[in-house]
Amino acid sequence: MLELQDLTRRFGGRAAVDGVTLSIPQGQMVGIIGRSGAGKSTLLRMVNRLTEPSAGRILHDGAEVTALRGKALRDWRTRCAMIFQQFNLIQRLDVLTNVLVGRLNHRPGPLATLNSLLLRFTPEERAMALDALDRFDLAEQALQRAETLSGGQQQRVAIARAMLQEPRLLLADEPIASLDPRNARVVMEALRDVNRRDGLTVLVNLHHLDTARRYCDRIVAMSAGRVVFDGTPAALTAAEVEAIYGVPEEALEAETPQAPAVGAVA
Amino acid sequence: MSEFYPSSLAAGLPRAGDYFARLLPDLRWATLFGGWETEGSVAFWFYRLDKWALLLLETANMAALATLAGGAVALLLAFPAARNVAPSGLAYQLSRRGLEAMRTVPEIVYALILVWAFGVGPLAGILAIAAHTTGALGKLFAEAIENAEMGPWEGVRAAGGTWAQACRFAMLPQVAPNMVSYLLLRFEINVRGASVIGFVGAGGIGQELYLVISQNYYEEISAIIVLIVLVVAMIDLLSDALRRRLRGEARA
Repeated sequence: MLELQDLTRRFGGRAAVDGVTLSIPQGQMVGIIGRSGAGKSTLLRMVNRLTEPSAGRILHDGAEVTALRGKALRDWRTRCAMIFQQFNLIQRLDVLTNVLVGRLNHRPGPLATLNSLLLRFTPEERAMALDALDRFDLAEQALQRAETLSGGQQQRVAIARAMLQEPRLLLADEPIASLDPRNARVVMEALRDVNRRDGLTVLVNLHHLDTARRYCDRIVAMSAGRVVFDGTPAALTAAEVEAIYGVPEEALEAETPQAPAVGAVA
Repeated sequence: MSEFYPSSLAAGLPRAGDYFARLLPDLRWATLFGGWETEGSVAFWFYRLDKWALLLLETANMAALATLAGGAVALLLAFPAARNVAPSGLAYQLSRRGLEAMRTVPEIVYALILVWAFGVGPLAGILAIAAHTTGALGKLFAEAIENAEMGPWEGVRAAGGTWAQACRFAMLPQVAPNMVSYLLLRFEINVRGASVIGFVGAGGIGQELYLVISQNYYEEISAIIVLIVLVVAMIDLLSDALRRRLRGEARA
């Protein structure tokens, strides 16, 4: 169970996320929709603590996540994997090493850390990475550089990396916004697969309402940092959308998602 | 600036020309390819080539060692000195200011101090050049890091990687080709630097150059300068070829 309590993030005087309270049971697939700048990204980034909340609390299985530091914070991030609109792979490294990044926090002790800095991984870890790649039909690309892959392939590599973290949650920040429809479908199916088969809670920011309706168990709509709708896909009718946003659904979807804000992470 | 008069420039220029004229070797067509005891031959001009070649080798060695040592320290200091990845404001300020201090002091000043501490010889020269190199390369490395994309960094951090792992996995592969390029460029600069640093007793060809200049052995001055130019040009060509190859491949 992931609980957000009155979660708020202010940038200057403006509240990007404004008092969001949600409770998400383990294993649910939740689509978060809303216009650009509605606070979807900030919300997801706060769960992973890439962005610090200004106020409010995040609880996972009753444990407070908001105050974690150092090793405990890294452990939390490992349990709550994240994928991004721009994939955030290391372009110049091969696909296998990119996936192995998911194991970095699973290696205890200074010697293992030293080995990781020399890009040395155990045969078991490599086998695990290859299995994960194989699951998403990318085993053949394992030794290619990430930059040689298409966007859809890169996003699946990112999901494979996330799976190597052995997470309980998967946060997906506009995972298909940079992809063509065919690749978008493949990536969304991969997300639903890890939700169904591995029992991960999946929180996914989406721009297309139809995509959200098709793949998610629950839809949360945001506007100006607040939750304005929270219910089943069936309840989010076109009339409901127009009532929430004041424009028809087609007009909402015609807006392009903004480029992701990539800032410094301390 | 107040002593910069056109008249003194006019008076001095011919004297400078005069000095360069004296440096010209006395070469004669008839005996150009004669032995080292024949006046007017190339061999006569470079009659101490064996000694100078050894000194030049020492100079290049000094430069190589100093570049590697300085580059290694610069690599470690560049990450805290890059604004986008510095772990804290304090670490940023300390490493930035430290690098600044190291490159503000000219290597010849370091050499003077270190010769006093370690005695006459190449060790003082290597340390002096390495110190200056750390400062100069550290800044360039840090700027390369600041220009890198932060997406991969977020990816590694979001996966639970430590700061050091993010530096290694997300940052180094992006900036390594740039860093190697800077390192090779610095090596060329350091060969020049190492040729001069011997003036204060810190080893290499400079000691010999200083000697012949102060003794007015004109032909030997030009011989040594020609040799230095040749060596620097050779290293230039070599590192250029290396850089071009690195741009193609390079998996860090």
